[in-house]
Amino acid sequence: MNVAAQLVLLIAVGQAPSRIDSCVQCHKDLRDNRLSAPVIQMQNDIHSGRGLSCVNCHAGDDKQSDKKRAMDPAAGFIGKPRPADVAPFCGKCHSNAEFMRAYNPAPRVDQEAEYKTSVHSKRVAEGDSRPATCISCHGSHGVRAVKDATSPVYPTRVVETCGRCHVDPEYMKPYKIPTDQLAKYMSSVHAEALFKKLDLSAPTCNDCHGNHGAVPPGAASVANVCGTCHVRQSGLFQNSPHKPVFEVLGTGDCLACHNNHDTSHTTDAMLGTDQQAICTSCHTDGAGFEAAGRMSRAISLLSERIGSAEATLERATQVGMEVSRMTFDLNEARNHLIDARVVVHSFSPNELEAVVKPGMDITARAHQQGLQALEEAAFRRKGLALALVVIGLAILAIYLKIRDIEKVSSEPN
Amino acid sequence: MSGTTPNSLWQWFDKRIGLEIVVNAAREKEVPIHRHTVWYYFGGMTLFLFTVQAVTGMLLLLYYRPSTENAFESVQFIMAQVRFGWLIRSIHSWSANLLVAVLFIHLFSVFFLRAYRRPRELTWITGMLPLFVTLAFGFSGYLLPWNTIAFFATQVGTEVAGVVPFAGSFLVRFLRGGNEVTGATLTRFFAFHVAMLPALSVVIAGIHLLLVQRHGMSVPFSAKPRPLKTMQFVPNFLLRDLIGWLSALAALATLSALFPSELGQKADPFAPAPAGIRPEWYFMFMFQTLRVMPAKIGPLEGEILAVTVFGMAAGLLFCVPFIDRQANTGRKNRLLLLSGWLAVVYILVMTVLGYRR
Repeated sequence: MNVAAQLVLLIAVGQAPSRIDSCVQCHKDLRDNRLSAPVIQMQNDIHSGRGLSCVNCHAGDDKQSDKKRAMDPAAGFIGKPRPADVAPFCGKCHSNAEFMRAYNPAPRVDQEAEYKTSVHSKRVAEGDSRPATCISCHGSHGVRAVKDATSPVYPTRVVETCGRCHVDPEYMKPYKIPTDQLAKYMSSVHAEALFKKLDLSAPTCNDCHGNHGAVPPGAASVANVCGTCHVRQSGLFQNSPHKPVFEVLGTGDCLACHNNHDTSHTTDAMLGTDQQAICTSCHTDGAGFEAAGRMSRAISLLSERIGSAEATLERATQVGMEVSRMTFDLNEARNHLIDARVVVHSFSPNELEAVVKPGMDITARAHQQGLQALEEAAFRRKGLALALVVIGLAILAIYLKIRDIEKVSSEPN
Repeated sequence: MSGTTPNSLWQWFDKRIGLEIVVNAAREKEVPIHRHTVWYYFGGMTLFLFTVQAVTGMLLLLYYRPSTENAFESVQFIMAQVRFGWLIRSIHSWSANLLVAVLFIHLFSVFFLRAYRRPRELTWITGMLPLFVTLAFGFSGYLLPWNTIAFFATQVGTEVAGVVPFAGSFLVRFLRGGNEVTGATLTRFFAFHVAMLPALSVVIAGIHLLLVQRHGMSVPFSAKPRPLKTMQFVPNFLLRDLIGWLSALAALATLSALFPSELGQKADPFAPAPAGIRPEWYFMFMFQTLRVMPAKIGPLEGEILAVTVFGMAAGLLFCVPFIDRQANTGRKNRLLLLSGWLAVVYILVMTVLGYRR
C-alpha cells in the first residue's frame, strides 16, 4: 500500500494520519538483524518516548522512500558513528543546555566534557576502539532513563555493565590492569549493602571512579573519594599522624587498612597489637604500637561492659523487673562505642578515651541498676514468702475461730 | 459529747446515725446452709476485689499523669522508682482480672440457680450492670499506660463500636474524642476510668447490696432437706468470707510478685501496628467471633450482624427474670438452661481459639 492509499484509508476511518517514517518502514523488514533490531529496540527508548526519531540523531530524510535520498551523506546523514565520534554525536543534544531544557528543566550538560577527561576517552582519541563510549554503557537504541531499574547504568546494574569489559582478561590484556575488581567488589561490604540490603546509596563502580570521567582514583585522592560518604572518618584522618606518612609511602590513605574493591566489614580485631591486627603490619613496637594497644583496650572494654550490662538487664527483665529506662539509656553507651570506632581514625588514644569514658559511665550505671533490680526481685520473693506465711496463719486462726464458735453453739445447754 | 470511753463514743454516734439498726440487722441476718451455699461467697468476693481496685487505683492516682507526653513515663516511674509502686500497679492489674472472672462466675451461678426469680428481678438487674461497668473499667484502664499494645488494641476495640447500627460513627467519635485514638482519647478514658465509672458502680452496687439485704439470700428449689439449716451472717459467714478474701489476697500477692505487670514500649501512633494485637482475655470471645465472621452473611455485613447479636444477647440477659416466668413454680426451663450452657461453652471455646491463633 503506497503512502497516498494509506492516507486515504486513515481519513476514511476518521483517524488523524500518523507521520510515515521511511527509516522504520524499510529497516523493520531488513533481513540483517543488525539493521532491523534498532526498530524494535527504539520502541522502549527514552528518546522515542519523548517524540524523537531516527533522523534526530542520524539526520537524513525520513520522508524519502528512496534509500539513497533518505540516507544521503551530502544531506548530513550519519550512519554508525566511529567510537571517537560517539561522544560528540550524543553531545550534539546532551551538551546543549538550551536544547536539553525543553526535555528536562534541570539538565546536566557536562557529560561530554567530563568524558573527555576519562581514561576511556583519551584512549579512544588515540584510535583505540575498545574503551567505553556513551553507547557502551547506556546502549545505542533502547536507551533507558538512569533511574529505570532495567537501565544498564541503574545502581544495581553498574557492576555488570562495567564488568562486561573489566572482568574479561583477554579484552583488558592490552591495558595491563587487573580483572578481579568485580569479584573483589562483590565480596565487599558495599556490595552487601547494595545487593542484599538494596541500599541504592551504597557505592558501586562509578561512585568512586566517576562515571563519565572514569579514572582510577590516585593515591592522594582516595581519602577524598571515601570521604564523600565517610565524612567524619576522612576528616579525622586528614589531621591524624598517619596522613603525612601515608602520603610519603603512597599507600592510598584508607586503602592501607581497608582495601579498595574488597572493603570488608570492619571489626575491633583490626585494631590493636595482636597478630591479626592491621596496626602490627607496620607497628611492631614503639609509640605507635603502644597507641594501638591503648585504643584497642579502650574499645574492647566498652564493648564488653555494654554486653555485660545488657545481660544483667535482660536477666532482670526476665524475672519481671521494670528496667526499660536503663535499657533505653544503654543505647547512649552503644552510640559512644560507635563514635569511638569512628574516632579511631584520629589515631589518638587520648581523643578515643575521651569518647569511651562517658559510655563506660553509662554502662556502669546500667549494670549497677540491673544488679539492684535482681536484688529487688529476690527481696520480692522473700517478701512474698513471708506474706504468704502471715496470710496462711491468719486463715488458720480464722478457721480455728469458726470451729470454736460452731462447737460452742452446737453444744447442748 | 460527755465522755470519751468507747462505749460513750458508740452511744454518741448511735443517737445521731442509728448504728444499732445496722448492728441488729447484721445480728439477725442468717445464711441458709445447703449444697449450693458456696456460690454465696462470690458476691462478697466481688465486693472485696472491687475495694482492692478502689484502694490501689487511688494510690496509683498519686503518681499517674494522664497525657500522651507523661502517661507512659509516669507508669514507668511507678514501676521502677516508687516504693512498692510495682506491687500496687500489679495488684490493681491482677485484681481487675480476678474481679471480671469472679463477676462472670457470680453471674452464671445466679443464672443457673435461678436466684433472679420474683421478687429479686431488680437485684438481678443491679447485679448485671456492674458486670458491664467492670468491662468498661477494663477497656478504659487498658489504654492508660499508653503503651503500644494498649494503643492499637484500643484502636481496634473502638473501631468495633463503629459497626453498631445507626449510632456507630457517633460512638467511635464519642469514645475517641475525635476520629483517631489520640491524647484526647486518653483524657477521655481517664475520666471514664477514675470518675464516671467509679461513681456509677458505687451507686449501682449500693442499690444491689440494699436489695440483697432486703430480700435475703435466695434459696434454690433443689436445696434440701427442708427446713434448711442456717448460720449467722455475723460472725460465721463473715469469717468464712474473710478466709476467701485472705486467699484472694494471697493469690494477688503471688501473681504480682512472680508476674508483675508489664509495660512494653511507649505508644507511637505513627508506627505500624505490631503483630499479635489482642484484647484482654474477657473480650477475647467477642474479638475471636469478629475475626472468624465472614464479610457477608446473605445481605448483611458479618461484623454488623455479630455486634447486633451480642447486643441483643446482653439485652436478653437483662430480661431473664421476665422471660423465665416459671422460675417461681420450680419447674425447669429447659430452653433457658440450654441457652445458658451454650453461652458458657461458646465463651470458653472462642476464648481458647482466640489464644491459639
